[in-house]
Amino acid sequence: MAKKKLCFFLGCIMPNRYPGVEKATRLVFEKLGYELVDMDGASCCPAPGVFGSFDLKTWVTIAARNLSIAEEKGYDILTVCNGCYGSLNEANHLLKENDELRDFVNEKLAEIDREYKGTVEVHHVDTFLYEEVGVKKIEKQVERPLEKEDGEPLKVAVHYGCHLLKPSEVTDTPDSPEDPHTLDELVEALGAESVDYKDKIMCCGAGGGVRSRELKVSLHFTREKIMNMLEAGAECTTNVCPFCHLQFDRGQVEMKEHFEKLPPKELPVFHYCQLAGLAFGMDPDELALHTHQIDCTPVLEKLGLA
Amino acid sequence: MVEPRDRVIRYEELDTEFLEKLAEKVEPVFEEEEVLSVQACYQCGTCTGSCPSGRRTAYRTRVLMRKLQMGLVDEVIKSDELWMCTTCYTCYERCPRGVKIVDAIKATRNYAASEGHMAKAHRMVAMFVIKTGHAVPINDEIRETRKEIGLDEVPPTTHRYEEALEEVQKLVKLTGFDELIGYDWEKGELKD
Repeated sequence: MAKKKLCFFLGCIMPNRYPGVEKATRLVFEKLGYELVDMDGASCCPAPGVFGSFDLKTWVTIAARNLSIAEEKGYDILTVCNGCYGSLNEANHLLKENDELRDFVNEKLAEIDREYKGTVEVHHVDTFLYEEVGVKKIEKQVERPLEKEDGEPLKVAVHYGCHLLKPSEVTDTPDSPEDPHTLDELVEALGAESVDYKDKIMCCGAGGGVRSRELKVSLHFTREKIMNMLEAGAECTTNVCPFCHLQFDRGQVEMKEHFEKLPPKELPVFHYCQLAGLAFGMDPDELALHTHQIDCTPVLEKLGLA
Repeated sequence: MVEPRDRVIRYEELDTEFLEKLAEKVEPVFEEEEVLSVQACYQCGTCTGSCPSGRRTAYRTRVLMRKLQMGLVDEVIKSDELWMCTTCYTCYERCPRGVKIVDAIKATRNYAASEGHMAKAHRMVAMFVIKTGHAVPINDEIRETRKEIGLDEVPPTTHRYEEALEEVQKLVKLTGFDELIGYDWEKGELKD
């Protein structure tokens, strides 16, 4: 049977800051029987909070160009980033529903010989893995359950982020924005334990242009989340968004310059595809874990991989 | 110290058509009723109570909604608080009046930007997209890591295809985004 194909939207932070997440995603989807097709010439999604705050007309036009690349290829889009999902999915919804907007955008796209047609869907990796692939199939791919050497499951603090779940009128997740469960189930399918913690659904602090404009404010969110995760006994945190990933990973280093009161220890940060990669038997070096700002070795040691 | 008389809001200071102007600013991306939904706010404060940014800054979503209703244009568009929202949508989901709070905030920020109130840091992010197609462009260290782990050194994006970057650049000229952020095409940097 031919492999099912998806257009892989890379965005910015994953290919240009955390390429290990890109590698992990490519390997995980190959294992699950999908072919990821490159979207040649794609750009920034562009970022929903920050770009949408400057000029929504430019935001929707650039997003439509990206969508048109997938339409040419003829496959739905897969993204492993909440921000890219937020932009591409919302733009796709707006363009499908509003003829006036579609005309506005297509008038611009015509100048570069492109057209938005509305023929593809945008899938977030969390929703796609949960609904299309299914927890059972992921469990079957696990060669090395995320268990410590004493046989206990690795304790993982799940961070959903915002634009996977909200605004719920346009997102495709089956989750409730107030009490989601899909990512917890996907983490537990790998043999780990998802630990509950205070304000689990809270934002990482990076979005909406706050990270670039008000770094200390954004890190104040991040510090609170990391402390809450540690308080609950988490041994690492996982996310489904390279921007949240960067905020937690680099943010734990940055916060040392901004605050006296710091989390009692560092918490390693993994994108879900990297955790799945480890459980599916991939080499930690291949997932570029050594390039993270926060050392992942303590987790790898517990798993008997370092 | 603020004198009591300075706290009086005079009718002449209000732009009673502010919401209509915001709606017009972002049409046809958002339909008019989305921005005008702010009119339905009855100041219950669910938004402020839900706001993770309001827990640690002076930003108060409810106050912003009231100022938008009243048309306190300058106070809103010149404030730092307008830019404290992370667009997490918690308030948007919980609003009992169905106010499209995040959409209204984005519309207000678009208006503020067009009036020249845009932080240098934000203009820089926008500049990177014009220059490279990416808000966060690649660097030499990442090129090395990509090679080490068996990925193509340069991702198949605007980074690899010059003609793709030219398409993005043509689009930002068409929408006037280059003018908005003050981009100098010759120097490849911001004008100031």
